[in-house]
Amino acid sequence: MISDGIEDEEKWLAEGIAGLQHNAFYMHRALDSNNHRDSLKYSAQMLSELRTSRLSPHKYYELYMRAFDELRKLEMFFNEETKRGCSIIDLYELVQHAGNILPRLYLLCTVGSVYIKSKEAPAKDILKDLVEMCKGIQHPVRGLFLRSYLSQVSRDKLPDIGSEYEGDADTVMDAVEFVLQNFTEMNKLWVRMQHQGPVREKEKREKERSELRDLVGKNLHVLSQIEGVDLDMYKDTVLPRVLEQVVNCKDELAQYYLMDCIIQVFPDEYHLQTLETLLGACPQLQSTVDIKTVLSQLMDRLSNYAASSAEVLPEFLQVEAFTKLSNAIGKVIEAQVDMPAVGAITLYVSLLTFTLRVHPDRLDYVDQVLGACVKKLSGKARLEDGKATKQIVALLSAPLEKYNDIVTALELSNYPRVMDYLDNATNKVMAVVIIQSIMKNNTYISTSDKVEALFELIKGLIKDLDGSPVDELDEEDFKEEQNSVARLIHMLYNDDPEEMLKIICTVRKHILTGGPKRLPFTVPPLIFSALKLVRQLQGQDGDVVGEDVPATPKKIFQLLHQTIEALSSVPAPELALRLYLQCAEAANDCDLEPVAYEFFTQAFILYEEEIADSKAQVTAIHLIIGTLQRMNIFGVENRDTLTHKATGYSAKLLKKPDQCRAVYACSHLFWVDDQDGMKDGERVILCLKRALRIANAAQQMANVTRGSNGPVTLFVEILNKYLYFFEKGNPQIYSAAIQDLVELIKTEMQGDMATPDPSANAFFASSLRYIQFQKQKGGIMGEKYESIKV
Amino acid sequence: MVLVLALGDLHIPHRAPDLPAKFKSMLVPGKIQHIICTGNLCIKQEVHDYLKSLCPDMHVTRGEYDEDARYPETKTLTIGQFKLGLCHGHQVIPWGDLDSLAMLQRQLDVDILVTGHTHQFKAYKHEGGVVINPGSATGAYSSITYDVNPSFVLMDIDGLRVVVYVYELIDGEVKVDKIDFKKTATAHSAH
Repeated sequence: MISDGIEDEEKWLAEGIAGLQHNAFYMHRALDSNNHRDSLKYSAQMLSELRTSRLSPHKYYELYMRAFDELRKLEMFFNEETKRGCSIIDLYELVQHAGNILPRLYLLCTVGSVYIKSKEAPAKDILKDLVEMCKGIQHPVRGLFLRSYLSQVSRDKLPDIGSEYEGDADTVMDAVEFVLQNFTEMNKLWVRMQHQGPVREKEKREKERSELRDLVGKNLHVLSQIEGVDLDMYKDTVLPRVLEQVVNCKDELAQYYLMDCIIQVFPDEYHLQTLETLLGACPQLQSTVDIKTVLSQLMDRLSNYAASSAEVLPEFLQVEAFTKLSNAIGKVIEAQVDMPAVGAITLYVSLLTFTLRVHPDRLDYVDQVLGACVKKLSGKARLEDGKATKQIVALLSAPLEKYNDIVTALELSNYPRVMDYLDNATNKVMAVVIIQSIMKNNTYISTSDKVEALFELIKGLIKDLDGSPVDELDEEDFKEEQNSVARLIHMLYNDDPEEMLKIICTVRKHILTGGPKRLPFTVPPLIFSALKLVRQLQGQDGDVVGEDVPATPKKIFQLLHQTIEALSSVPAPELALRLYLQCAEAANDCDLEPVAYEFFTQAFILYEEEIADSKAQVTAIHLIIGTLQRMNIFGVENRDTLTHKATGYSAKLLKKPDQCRAVYACSHLFWVDDQDGMKDGERVILCLKRALRIANAAQQMANVTRGSNGPVTLFVEILNKYLYFFEKGNPQIYSAAIQDLVELIKTEMQGDMATPDPSANAFFASSLRYIQFQKQKGGIMGEKYESIKV
Repeated sequence: MVLVLALGDLHIPHRAPDLPAKFKSMLVPGKIQHIICTGNLCIKQEVHDYLKSLCPDMHVTRGEYDEDARYPETKTLTIGQFKLGLCHGHQVIPWGDLDSLAMLQRQLDVDILVTGHTHQFKAYKHEGGVVINPGSATGAYSSITYDVNPSFVLMDIDGLRVVVYVYELIDGEVKVDKIDFKKTATAHSAH
C-alpha cells in the first residue's frame, strides 16, 4: 500500500493523540474516585491507540511518549495504593483481563514495576515473567517500543549488587539474563523490519530502522551500568551472548551498529582483555558491513586509552594487542576483496597510530604496518584517489611527528616503498613535510647512507619523476620548494672529513640529476659545504698518513670544479663566476697555486664569453679584482698575466665612469698592505694616471654630447686614491700631484656653477676636511701633508 | 631613543639554512624603528619578507648574491641627528680596508657608514665618523674571515649620541657588547 504522504500520518497521529487523551481523562477520573477497575479499563482503552500500524517510528514515538507519561502517573497511583494495603497480587491478576494483548502487556509491565517495588516477590521472578510475556508482540515497531518500556521501568529495579532488590546470591546473573533476553528479542524484532514490505521501499525501511536503533542499543548501555558486571562476567557471559546475537542475526545494519555500540559503551580495559573474542567476531559478520570503520574506532579508542596513562601500557603487551589487531586487519582486508584502497589505508593509519602510542620503541612493528600497506597497494597503479593519497600522507607523517627525528623514519625499510605509491604531486608534498620536520627539529643527518636514503625519499623534489617535465608548477612554489632543498643541504654534516666527503659526493650525485631549472638552487649550498670541509682540512695537512686518503683539499677542488661546470647547462655564468672566485680564494689559502690559477682562468673565460650585460660586467670585474687583490700565492708570471687581464677588461667596460672606477680599483692589485706583500708604486701610479685620463675623456664626452659637464665626482674619487697611496708611502706619489688634482677639481667645480652637483661638492668638501685633519695631526702624517694647501 | 637594527650577509639558503634560533627569538616586531641591511640576504621571500615583518621601514643594498638585483648599490638616510650610509662592501676594494671605506664615507657624506661583505663585526671610529660592519647574522662561510660567529648590531640613536650594541652568538650563547659614539655638532657648511 502506497502511503499517502505526510499529511495523512499527521492526521492519524492527531487522531491517536486525541483518543489517548480522551481515555486518559477518564482514567484520571477513575483514579480520583479510587475505582481500580475503571481506571484499568480506561487505561487499556488508552493504550489501544498504540496498536496502530499506520504510523512511522518517528510518529509512533510521539504517541508512545504521551502514553508513557500517563502510565507513570498510573504507576505512582498504584504505588501509593499498595502502601495503603491494596493487594498487588490481585492487581497483577486484574490487569490480565484486559482485552487486547498490547494494552495488557503495557499494564502488566506497569504493575509489575509496582510489584517489584513492593518487594512481595523477588525481582528476578517478576522480570523473568515480563520479559517472556512480551514475546506475545511480534510486530517490530510495537514490540520494540513495548520492550523499551519494559527496559525503562525496570532500569532502577534490577537485582544488582548493592541494590535494594538484590536477592540471595547470584541475582546479578538474573539481572544480566533479563537484560540480555530483552536485548536479544529486541534485536530480532529490529532485524525483522528489514524484510517487511516491498523491495522498493527498502531505503525507507532502513531509514526507519535507523531511527529505532538506540532502543536496541540502550540495552547494552544498561548492561554496562550494572555494577555486578565485572570483567569476568563480561568476558564469560555478556560479551559472548551479545556477539552471538550480533553474528546470528546476519543483518548488516544491526551488526554495524551493535559492534560500534559495544566498543563505545564498554570500558577500554574490557576490550583489551577480550580482544581476541571481539576481533574473532569480525570475519563472521556480513561481508557488506563496514568493518574497517568499526576496527578503526576500536583502535582509536585503544590508542587514546594507551595515551591516557603510562601504567596501562604493560597490559597491552601482555595481551599481545598489536599482533591480534594486525592479524584481524589482515583477515578483514583479505576477506573483503573489493575494499577500496582508501579503506585499507585508513585501517593502517589507525593501526599505525595505535602502534606509535603503545609500542613507540618497536620500529619493527611500525615497519610491519607499513609493509602490510605496501602489500595491499602492490599490483595497483599509482593512486589517483585524493582521499587515499591524503590517508597515505597521514600514514607517513605519523612516524615523523612521533619520533621528531627523520633518522628513525629512515630506518623503516618500508617507508620509501609506501612513498612510491604516491602520485608525483603528493610525493612532493610528502617530501616537503619531511624536510620541514628536519628543519624544525634541527636534526643533522650524518652518514652518507642516511643521506642516500633521504634523497631517495625526496626524489620528487630533486628531479623530474617518470621522465616527465616539471609540472605546471607555480614559479613561486617551485622556488620555495628548491630553496627548502637548499636549506636541507646544510643539515647534512659529519665532523669526520672522510664521511663528510662521502656525504658531499652523495648529494652531488643526486642534485646533478635535477636539470637546469634546479641547479642554480642546489649547487651553491653544496659548493659552500665543500668549501667548509676544505677549510677544516687545511689545518690538518701535516697529519696525513698514507697515500690513499680520499679527503684532501685537492680532490675536493676537483669535485668543486666539475660541479660548478654543471651550471653551464642552465646557463648561470654570473653565479658560476662567483663560485669559481670563492674556490680560487680557498685554493690560495691551501697553497695550491695551479688550482687557484685554474679557477681564475675559468672565471675569466666566463667573463669573456658569457657575461654580456654591462651592469653584470661591472660587478663581475670588481669581484675579480677584489679576489685577485687578496691572492698571495701567485708567482710573478701568473700574477702578471692575471692582473694584466683584469686591468685590460677594466679599461674595456662600456661606460667611461665604470672604466675609470675599475681601473683605479686595479691600482690596489699592485699594492698589498702587509709585510711581504708587493708594493709596486710605479704601476700604482700608472693605474691612477690612466684612470685620470679616462675621467678627462668622460668630461669631454659629456661636454660634447650633452653640453654639460661630466662626472666631477670621478676626479674626487681619484684624488682620494692618491691620498690613500700617498699615506701608505708610495714614493711615486708626490704632494705636488695631489695639489694639482685639488686645483683641477676646484676649477671644474667653479665651471659648474650653473649646474652644481651637490653630492660631488659635499664629497670634495669632506675630502678637503680630511686633508686638513691629517695636517693637524702633527707627527709624520702632519709632515707629509704640510705642503698641500687647501 | 630610536632603535636601528643593522645586519646582513645572511646568505640564506646558499650558505646557511636560517637565522639562529636565539636571534629569532630576540627579534620581535614592533620594537625596532628601522632596519638597515647590508645585503646578501639572499632570497626575497623568506628573508626579505621576514625582516619586513619585524619593521616596515627596511633598507637594503645589493650584495653580489642577492636574488633581487634591483636593490641599490648604496643608500643614505637620516635618522635623528645622524646621517647613515649603507653599502654591501664588495664594491670597495680592498675588501675590508678601513681607509678605502673611509673614502666611501666621505663620498656619501655620512656620519655612520654601515657595510658588510667580510662577515666580521667591526666598529671603527675615525675623524670622519664611524664605520660599522655588523658581520653575518647567520655566521655564514666567508672566504675572507675564518670562524665566523653569527652577529648583528643594534644602534640606539639618541640626540647626538649613538650607542652601538653588538650581539654575537659564541658557543651557543648570545654575548652583548657596546660602544659609545658622540657626534660633535660640527657646522657643515656647503660650498
